[in-house]
Amino acid sequence: MSAYTISIVSIIGINVILAVSLNMISGFCGQISLGHGAFFGAGAYAAALAMFATANVPLAVVAGVIAGSLLGIIVGFASLRVRSDFLAVTTIGINFLFVGFVRKQSWLGGEMGISGIPPTGLGAAGNMVMILLMACATVALSLYVSRSWMGFAFRAVGEDEQAATTLGIGAGAYKLAAFGIGTALAGLAGALYTFFTQFITVDAFDFIFSVMLMAMVVIGGIGSTWGVVTAAVGLTLLPEAIRFVNDYRLLVFGGMLVLVIRLAPGGLAGLTRNLFDRVRQA
Amino acid sequence: MYYIDLAVTGISFGCMYAMMSVGLTLVYGLLRILHVAHAAVFALGAYATVLAANATGSLALGFLAAIIVTPLFGMAIYRLLYEPLLGYRPDVPMIASVGLLVLMQDAFRVVFGEQGVTFRRNAFSFTTFDFYGVTVSAVQIALVVTAAIVFLGLHLFTTRTRIGVGWRATVSKPRIAASFGVDPIKVRYLNFAIGSALAAIAGGLVALLNNLVDPAIGFVVSYKALAIIVLGGLGSVRGTLIASLVLGLVEAYGTIFIGAWLDRDAIAFLALIILLMIRPQGFAGARAA
Repeated sequence: MSAYTISIVSIIGINVILAVSLNMISGFCGQISLGHGAFFGAGAYAAALAMFATANVPLAVVAGVIAGSLLGIIVGFASLRVRSDFLAVTTIGINFLFVGFVRKQSWLGGEMGISGIPPTGLGAAGNMVMILLMACATVALSLYVSRSWMGFAFRAVGEDEQAATTLGIGAGAYKLAAFGIGTALAGLAGALYTFFTQFITVDAFDFIFSVMLMAMVVIGGIGSTWGVVTAAVGLTLLPEAIRFVNDYRLLVFGGMLVLVIRLAPGGLAGLTRNLFDRVRQA
Repeated sequence: MYYIDLAVTGISFGCMYAMMSVGLTLVYGLLRILHVAHAAVFALGAYATVLAANATGSLALGFLAAIIVTPLFGMAIYRLLYEPLLGYRPDVPMIASVGLLVLMQDAFRVVFGEQGVTFRRNAFSFTTFDFYGVTVSAVQIALVVTAAIVFLGLHLFTTRTRIGVGWRATVSKPRIAASFGVDPIKVRYLNFAIGSALAAIAGGLVALLNNLVDPAIGFVVSYKALAIIVLGGLGSVRGTLIASLVLGLVEAYGTIFIGAWLDRDAIAFLALIILLMIRPQGFAGARAA
């Protein structure tokens, strides 16, 4: 495998983890988060600091997961106060605050970011294998949660919070759980990203990146794990495969986001389901 | 004198925020949609002003072009994007709106270039006046005067004219207003047209202030405007005006007091999050959730 292939596959793995974890919060549980980049970033910075302090890979992963989920649970508490579009605005605010805060912190490298992060010792190919294993584990967890009682409760809360509460499902606890799990995985992705690049700047975790992740979830079909995985892989490869898309990345992704919401709100998953239904009827 | 300079900066920025946000708060009041793409309207207004002014050599024609083009764009956004999505949860049109903003921003970059466009002749940007040691630029004065005229005009329009009263009635009690013969669909178009024109004026003035329009012009303003309309109590024009001025001043002074550990642009979001946590229903008591 060439170095180029290895880096593309690694990025795909990281994006799959991020999109699938965002889908758990926004797809399963219906809590729209447009600040997923902040949790990703928190994990990346925590892992970088842990690598400098200990150079121990498992410890850095744990640091990333804890940092992501800590910030996530704080935002989860916000989801108990504000709902729907205002939760989305709050998460946008969290993303801007995260970037605005880190940019001014000299101990986090400020504008320059953190460079020269100690390598994992696994090499580029080893990192890639680790990232792919973690991505598979994330997808498996997402599929498992979707079929479990918890997934049922998530969807009940997402569909109609009051009805769920009437049925005895504690909406608050499940929202916190969704944020906790989803952002812990984003923190994991952050740690893997740190291992992959060994150089992080806060610009990689900005709001536009969060919008990209939301585009992956919506285009794949909000709530569908396989749809989101397909979209994450496809949308990561698209700019590499087509020169035009690479030059006009935001134009294409923004346009696709608008068109999918407007014309096919079920995304890729919804389209395939319709196709199957039509074939069966014919 | 330094503190007074900051006050001048803060108030002129506040006036700009007010003209930008009033369209957002009006859309929210009428349709319960967070119209994030309003920032794209603002940017379009800025581009239209510069391009038309350069083409004709007249700044007045530049602003005229901006307030003709942007209402059409604003109404098209409503017709093509929001109207079909009105039946969905409020976060659905909002995400679509974010998508549209991202798309438009990149479109501006592709069409007009990464570097942006500048006025070919712009005497105003560099004209400054000196009041007892306080330097005030002509554009800052223009921002304050325009905002005063705009808000006075808006007040007279909504209290003294039949259409304006119908507009306000539709915002507060849509069904009763409709039964009195006010066409709610026309009100929606009017709402988008006026809000867009005001954003365009703000955009044109910012273009004058910076003597530059680049693709990122609307980016930060867009999300700040969301903070402003929440702080101002959603749907309230007066609240939006006050919140804009307060934010302008807090940002200006905030850069000296908390600039060491927080970016200037993040201050609005800190205020927003604190307010949403303490009072999810906003300052003025309008429902936020």
